[in-house]
Amino acid sequence: MAHKILIADDEPNIVLSLEFLMKREGYEVHVAENGDDALARVAEVMPDLVLLDVMLPRRSGYDVCQQIRANPDWRGVKVLMLTAKGRDTEMQKGLALGADAYITKPFATKELVARVKQLLGEPT
Amino acid sequence: MSGDGTSLAIAFAITLGISAAVVGLAGAVVWSGLGPEERATIVAIVAPRIGLLIFVVLLGIGVASVALQPAIRSRLTDARRLAEEAHIMLTANPEYRIQPAGSGGLRELGAVLNEFAGRVHELREEVDAKIEDARASIEEERNRLAALMSELTQGVLVCNREGRILLYNERARQLFAGGETSVATLVGLGRSIFAVIDRNLVGHGLDTLAQRLAQGDPHPVAHFLTTTQGGQLLRVHMAPVRGLAHLEDGDSPEQMEVTGFVLTLDDVTRAVEDDARRDRVLHSLTEGSRASLANIRAAVESLLDYGDMDEAQRSRFLAVIADESRALSERLDRTMHDHADSLKTRWPLENVLGADLVGAAQRRIEARIAMRIELGEVDPTMRLEADSFSLTQALTYLASRLKSDLGVREARIRLSRSGRHAELDLVWRGAPPSAAPLQAWEDEPMRAGGDESPLSVKDVVDRHAGEVWHHIDRAGSTSYFRILIPAASAGSLPARRAAAALTSRPEYYDFDLFHQPGQTEDVDARPLSALAYTVFDTETTGLDPSKGDEIISIGAVRIVNGRLLRHEVYEQLVDPRRPIGSESVAIHGITAEMLAGQPTIDRVLPAFHEFAADTVLVAHNAAFDMRFLQLKEKATGVQFTQPVLDTLLLSEVLHPNQQLHQLEAIAERLGINVVGRHTALGDAIVTAEVLLRMLPLLAERGIRTLREARDASQRTYYARIKY
Repeated sequence: MAHKILIADDEPNIVLSLEFLMKREGYEVHVAENGDDALARVAEVMPDLVLLDVMLPRRSGYDVCQQIRANPDWRGVKVLMLTAKGRDTEMQKGLALGADAYITKPFATKELVARVKQLLGEPT
Repeated sequence: MSGDGTSLAIAFAITLGISAAVVGLAGAVVWSGLGPEERATIVAIVAPRIGLLIFVVLLGIGVASVALQPAIRSRLTDARRLAEEAHIMLTANPEYRIQPAGSGGLRELGAVLNEFAGRVHELREEVDAKIEDARASIEEERNRLAALMSELTQGVLVCNREGRILLYNERARQLFAGGETSVATLVGLGRSIFAVIDRNLVGHGLDTLAQRLAQGDPHPVAHFLTTTQGGQLLRVHMAPVRGLAHLEDGDSPEQMEVTGFVLTLDDVTRAVEDDARRDRVLHSLTEGSRASLANIRAAVESLLDYGDMDEAQRSRFLAVIADESRALSERLDRTMHDHADSLKTRWPLENVLGADLVGAAQRRIEARIAMRIELGEVDPTMRLEADSFSLTQALTYLASRLKSDLGVREARIRLSRSGRHAELDLVWRGAPPSAAPLQAWEDEPMRAGGDESPLSVKDVVDRHAGEVWHHIDRAGSTSYFRILIPAASAGSLPARRAAAALTSRPEYYDFDLFHQPGQTEDVDARPLSALAYTVFDTETTGLDPSKGDEIISIGAVRIVNGRLLRHEVYEQLVDPRRPIGSESVAIHGITAEMLAGQPTIDRVLPAFHEFAADTVLVAHNAAFDMRFLQLKEKATGVQFTQPVLDTLLLSEVLHPNQQLHQLEAIAERLGINVVGRHTALGDAIVTAEVLLRMLPLLAERGIRTLREARDASQRTYYARIKY
């Protein structure tokens, strides 16, 4: 069965690419446009991995990440955070709050795909 | 005493005259009342005995005056004593009072004199007290000024019209501190500003000020940029000092003559470098991106508008887009990586010791919101780039929310290092609040313990380029807020201030120099008390420079306007490039290891020469030290041509009958504490104190000018000893 990926980002232009890439890699893709929506979708579809943007409306990516980690039922959900800022304190905060990896925009699509596969334990 | 005799004789003659007159008058009255027969009878009785009668009368008068004499004499003595006692009150002891004695009149006079003396004494005490008050308040103001100056982060220099420095602060001294061999500095009281700032720049500034003054500008200023020997770029702000020398009532500030100028110095090296770096960043982000964007846009629009292009053409366009967007990403990453510092928002952060910040936060929280704060593990050496007040406020605010919203009564603060960052944690027992209120804690303006700040915790943390979050430690059933901020790099440690500057009041000002004439006057004719001296001492490998002994240490201190400037010292070890004898090591304690890597004499003497410029050189047994300096003239190209005074010779002038003229002996004679001897600087300081004590003693002997001091020195016995 294909791994399930939740894309949480409010920018349609990047969602287009992310969605396309993930589908082409054979994953089942779901999309959320804000923080609250993201948490609801996690509960609903139980994704294997969340591509989580930091700057989400309503509830920040950090907050979403913390909520995911606070729920023991969601222990298996991997979190890959995306940010457009890239300050190293930000990255430390993300990792401290339980993110599994952190990627700064702009990124190389190949690199993103490789990180996703690695987190899901697939051969790259 | 002849005066006494005369007045007694006069008194005696007067008494005699009066007695004779009384007896004569009595005789005449009796005689006129007698009849002719009675007169004849008396004449008959008296005539044969007239000699005897005259004798008896004279005898009576004589006895009477001898009997009166003690009384007359005692009256005169009482008056003299009164005069003496009054004189004592007037001159020797104003608190002495006349003892009541003698006749009523003299007693009264004594009492009146006593009262006079009392009033004069009161008046004098009042005047003295006022003078003392005024002196103390001037002293206090000066101290306040000195303290203020030393705290300023800007450099400040005040100069008189000739460019002599009257006041400077530590910052100004640091800014102009010279190169490697210059422990000495070019900034000092009475020194010329032109040693550190180009004469033409200062002249141009003064011209600008004069011009603005002439145009009626009440607060003229001039600005210029200058570079220091160390290569720093200084922005100089120049303002005139007016009328300090001849201030009179009724002079308006505009009319007062310019007597000097104030320079304020800002080190703009870093600001200018930062600006340049920012410019480069902006340039690479704008100009550099423009070309790539143009290429992408042209390719994309061609693809869109000409859908009928062939496959080969299409893939060439796509390759362009891929290429250029990758280049853009890389440039952005590189710029962010290289210039993250210059892109940070400017917020004045200071270098603080983390432990101090934690301590301050603990005290503030306990005082403001009555919550117990324990100290957890705190890295004692860690320093932060921080605005400690706003961080303390943020911790206080978070603690107050814990208390009011969650009922937390005690918490713990800890500080640890994590790579290039500091983790500042506020830890409490129990669970954190849920997400939404927590967000509000971070985003709302901080209000706690009577404090209100327009900033939120998030603002404060952003200004430190940091992050804040909270965490649950399930194992320990505790939670914590973590504030992650950059740690200070070791390179940004604040410059340590000289230890001496902390222990005693700095002598960074001397406004008496305002009244000093220019340097045109013949130095020889100037009073000793008004000269600037460099008092120095050397330590050497041995006693004979002509046989290869060398200087291994020079120490010097300055005296300006009769004050020993302990902050303007020169101290330098010198590599002698030869072994040091163990017997000399025993004296000065300087070993070969200490001298390894020190500059050699050809680099030290030019710096010392600079330090001693425009002053009279002073040393104890100066001939010895001068010989070492003179033998190096050829090698170093530096000549010490200024006048020289020798405290050894001056001591011989003052106390020719004393056997000992070693520094210790003289110091003891003059009541000077001797500490730190046998280091060049220590001996130089003792010598300087000796010179200062000698100046008034020399003046008592009529030796007041430099020429007089040198002439007197040359006549002494020691002056004839040759080295």
